[in-house]
Amino acid sequence: MVTVAGGPGAAATASARDGAALLRLTGIVKQFPGCLANDRVDLAIPAGEIHALLGENGAGKSTLVKIIYGVLRPDQGEIRWRGELVHIANPAFARKLGIGMVFQHFSLFEALTVAENIALGINDPAQRRDLKKRIVEVSQSYGLPLDPDRAVHDLSVGERQRIEIVRCLLQNPRLLIMDEPTSVLTPQEVERLFQTLRRLSQEGRAILYISHKLEEIRALCERATIMRLGRVVAECDPRQETARRLAELMIGNELKSPSHRTTGADGKGARLVVQGLSLRSDQQFGTDLKDISLSVAGGEILGIGGVAGNGQTELTAALSGETLAERADAILIDGRPVGLLGPGARRISGATFVPEERNGHGAVPAMTLAENAFLGAFRRLRLVRTGLIAAGQTAAFAGRVIQSFDVRTTGPAAEARSLSGGNLQKFIVGREILQAPGVLVISQPTWGVDAGAAAAIYQALLDLADAGTAVLIVSQDLDEIFSICVRIAVIYQGTLSDARPIRDVTVEEIGLLMGGAHPEARKGPSHANPA
Amino acid sequence: MLIRLEPRGGRSLRWAYGSPLLALVLTLITTAVIFAMLGKDPLVSLYTFFISPLASATGRPELLVKAAPLVLIAVGLSLGFRANVWNIGAEGQYTIGAIAGGGIGLALYGDENVLTFPAMMIGGVLGGMAWAAIPAFLRTRFNANEILTSLMLTYVAQQLLIYLVTGPWRDPEGYGFPQSRLFDEYATSPNLVPGTRLHLGVVFALIVVALGWLVLAKSLIGFQLKVVGQAPRAARYAGFSEPRLIWFSLLLGGALAGLAGLFEVAGPVGQLTPSISPGYGFTAIIVAFLGRLHPVGVLFGGLLLALTYLGGEKAQIDLGMPNAVTGIFQGILLFYLLACDLLILYRVRIGQRAPAAKAAAAGP
Amino acid sequence: MSAGFDWVPLVLSVISASTPLLLAATGELVTEKSGVLNLGVEGMMLAGAVVGFAASVATGSGLVGIAAGAAAGALLALIFGVLTLTFLANQVATGLALTIFGVGFSALMGAGYVGIALAPLPKLDIAGLSDLPVVGPILFHQDILVYGSFALLAGVSWFLYRTHAGLVLRSIGDSHDAAHAIGYPVIAIRYAAVAFGGAMCGLAGAYMSLAYTPQWAENMTAGRGWIALALVVFATWRPSRLLLGAYLFGGVSLLQLFLQGQGVRIPSQFLTMLPYLATIVVLVLISRDRTRIRLNAPASLGKPFYAAG
Repeated sequence: MVTVAGGPGAAATASARDGAALLRLTGIVKQFPGCLANDRVDLAIPAGEIHALLGENGAGKSTLVKIIYGVLRPDQGEIRWRGELVHIANPAFARKLGIGMVFQHFSLFEALTVAENIALGINDPAQRRDLKKRIVEVSQSYGLPLDPDRAVHDLSVGERQRIEIVRCLLQNPRLLIMDEPTSVLTPQEVERLFQTLRRLSQEGRAILYISHKLEEIRALCERATIMRLGRVVAECDPRQETARRLAELMIGNELKSPSHRTTGADGKGARLVVQGLSLRSDQQFGTDLKDISLSVAGGEILGIGGVAGNGQTELTAALSGETLAERADAILIDGRPVGLLGPGARRISGATFVPEERNGHGAVPAMTLAENAFLGAFRRLRLVRTGLIAAGQTAAFAGRVIQSFDVRTTGPAAEARSLSGGNLQKFIVGREILQAPGVLVISQPTWGVDAGAAAAIYQALLDLADAGTAVLIVSQDLDEIFSICVRIAVIYQGTLSDARPIRDVTVEEIGLLMGGAHPEARKGPSHANPA
Repeated sequence: MLIRLEPRGGRSLRWAYGSPLLALVLTLITTAVIFAMLGKDPLVSLYTFFISPLASATGRPELLVKAAPLVLIAVGLSLGFRANVWNIGAEGQYTIGAIAGGGIGLALYGDENVLTFPAMMIGGVLGGMAWAAIPAFLRTRFNANEILTSLMLTYVAQQLLIYLVTGPWRDPEGYGFPQSRLFDEYATSPNLVPGTRLHLGVVFALIVVALGWLVLAKSLIGFQLKVVGQAPRAARYAGFSEPRLIWFSLLLGGALAGLAGLFEVAGPVGQLTPSISPGYGFTAIIVAFLGRLHPVGVLFGGLLLALTYLGGEKAQIDLGMPNAVTGIFQGILLFYLLACDLLILYRVRIGQRAPAAKAAAAGP
Repeated sequence: MSAGFDWVPLVLSVISASTPLLLAATGELVTEKSGVLNLGVEGMMLAGAVVGFAASVATGSGLVGIAAGAAAGALLALIFGVLTLTFLANQVATGLALTIFGVGFSALMGAGYVGIALAPLPKLDIAGLSDLPVVGPILFHQDILVYGSFALLAGVSWFLYRTHAGLVLRSIGDSHDAAHAIGYPVIAIRYAAVAFGGAMCGLAGAYMSLAYTPQWAENMTAGRGWIALALVVFATWRPSRLLLGAYLFGGVSLLQLFLQGQGVRIPSQFLTMLPYLATIVVLVLISRDRTRIRLNAPASLGKPFYAAG
């Protein structure tokens, strides 16, 4: 079944002609049903270069690197590796060529050990011998400490990424692809990663670095290819460009920035209060919540930052009532103790919720928008009459959400899965906001959403707060929190820091909190070298 | 040559209805081949199997009699399957319903009156519910897989029935046969049309179809079942209690299976014997899928599979074919249906994987 | 209990009763380790039983019967594979369909074989050892499938935990997306695991019709396929514990014979219920520890895999 194309007979002569580029893509086209993911993409990377691939979510970056790594096959176009025309039929072949990849969502096996995970990425049986010893060697020489016998589910996110990198390095790659490697790391971990990458580059290895974080790319990369809507729109030296210029290239049009807020609370007191909330996670790899306290006043937007997997999921589930607290007064909505009440009672008490995941959590993909409107709103809007669904009112409400939030769809009878990510997110946010809640808890409001939809969602959240609602935003995107929140707290390993006014904190302080350090404890001159 | 699947990006309504029909056609073709392999004329066999049972005036009402238990059970199962509650022990709940309801009839032997049969119906419903409550309790309390527990209980129920009809409930005037007394007229499902075996169970099956449709399409609980089956996290988010829905699914399935069992022993069978079911509880699983887990679809699916029972008997008598042909037909039908359902969500593309890439490779 | 009770025949019966459970559960364990839940064990066992019996009657060879039984099980498993792996059908529903089909198919094919007697599979003696008292008949006077069931279990255990291919199979059961991303052929490997599981169920069925009874009767597996499925849960997906579970259940199913032999006056139907009730009890005891199930069950068990592109 597996076809390994691009036989060795092809061209020894070609490599001389095209020797400058380690990897050269020409005219790559990839069509998915309803979406042209790559449209005649060209890309060239010489040996030893750290090359950025920059673009928004949905620009086609991930599709392109999956083609390079042999996970997807292009519909058109050619790939030359060291000048030779190749058909990368599968990742095993890519690895044989000398291409290694670190995925954004790590392709790790939770139930297996570090060594087993790495063994799975190595094709040559001879190389699997003495594997544990070599893992220790490589990880030490690059400053990536790892214990080969530990099971992956015990490891932190940063440690997991190390597995992926060590797995690649063991195969001595000429090109290392990194897909959004820093999205899950603390600022300090990021600095450490960059040191490793620079060292690899000095050894003559090329790195294709995929990101949408402008400052990172300016700090790390020598060359950048910028993609938008499946096409390459520019190539430049990012060190010579301003972040603003890169952003314009990436986004393509001027954005309306949300109105900045200097005042927060409307003075009528806290509408959402959490006091001493502790919860053991019942999930296999979950995070326990430890003594969490916070309060959000009407008219205020509080942001909770933090690296993924530090208890955000558990906290939002505890707030929405999907998991119950141990005491009723651990959570108060408008003064009413709701800690022991389920999601329905909490909604009736005045709160609404937007979960992080759209498909299968905030909405049911195979159900219509009307049904999905019912899902979140039937209690507050009383859409049930003697056990039966009030179909007319439900459809009318769904129509109102679609209209008010400019959801691009054919109408309330459309299935949720027929909508793009941004449109579905607008629908869900709209559904929760139009119920006029006293408290809104929203998780990752603009994850995977295009810039236009993100701006609309921000504006809606600001308007809601102006109308007196207490808004709590849980987000991994610090830019987002800094641009619309009034106060910020950081969650780290299930513990929440004190909330502080945005204008009093710096990104560096927040970064330290995200990594578990307390900035207050380190007054005075900032420490020289965290690594 | 390669067969590729391409997601449609949504449900194809055309294929949601077309898939069972295509599956039926493919099954008929396959069955014809099997008939031929058994040395029978395929066309004559197909006629005997599927047409001749309906050709006689006695056959048509008999179809309804056979369909009634299938439809009763399958409506209950459909609602549960929607919520991913896999109650495959309906056969056992049917048996216990027959035992509990029939037991009331036997206990009142000699003292029957107009209230006897309603009491037996309630007994049947409660018996089936009680039997289904065991897997519900074990699943919600101990996380034990309801597929295995409900099925194991089917074997237990069957042994219990054999014990009763060979032991304490054996007909004293039955010459030692393993069967109970015949039910008295008051303890029998009322006949609807003299000269046929049409009984009250047929009416109940139709009522249950209508109520089942109402629950599934219009009610909050039906909505909850659908959400918990398709997206359990969304169900928790909306505050739907999964344990409650598991209890509801199993109790409803058990109640209807128990009722079906009572109607069968107090109707067409007329007494308790070890063979009160030709596998209705299992066939109803096929009926549920064939009917798209929708009560109205279940009605049609029930009629079709009732026909296979009649056809199987007919083929046995007229053509000397083994009765097992019915089972084969049912299994193949379900196979084809599951395969054809793919067309609802995917397009099938036949041909080279990527002609464009090939063209590019042939380039310079 | 009388002092002179002869334990040897009882132990021998336990071995006979346990062997089909062990064979089928070993096969299903491999299938489930790859992330596929095939509920059609009962159907595949019946197919293996009837095809094995028919082949043995036709050729007079037990070995041919065994091979034919395994082939029949594998063939049925491949139908399941096409439906669930290629056509992405629901695994629970397809497994049920497989059982319904297997029951019908075996009844149809076996109709002509009811009542035919067959010599049981020959016992393989080991010169000298088989004549030892007690130990001899128990350990060194068994048929090929009894020895085979131990060898296959040991082989599966070695394969899963000592070979790279076994590691790949486990990785696919843990996360098919991650395995696909690295480049392992998820579907092809699952086909192999499903076919192996089917062949083992076929062997289990063939053992019943060729060695245990040895004859063909409709529905002769009587729920053993479902018990084998429960055994995999009982073993928390670990081969070593399968052995314990299979012999425990083999013992329970013989309890009725033993008790009747001892003159215990309980209606036989209640004794026949015992293995089924025991299965429920064991399932409850194991499943109540949710974290243990979650830590041991293959994470992608029962989930369909569709590779885009």
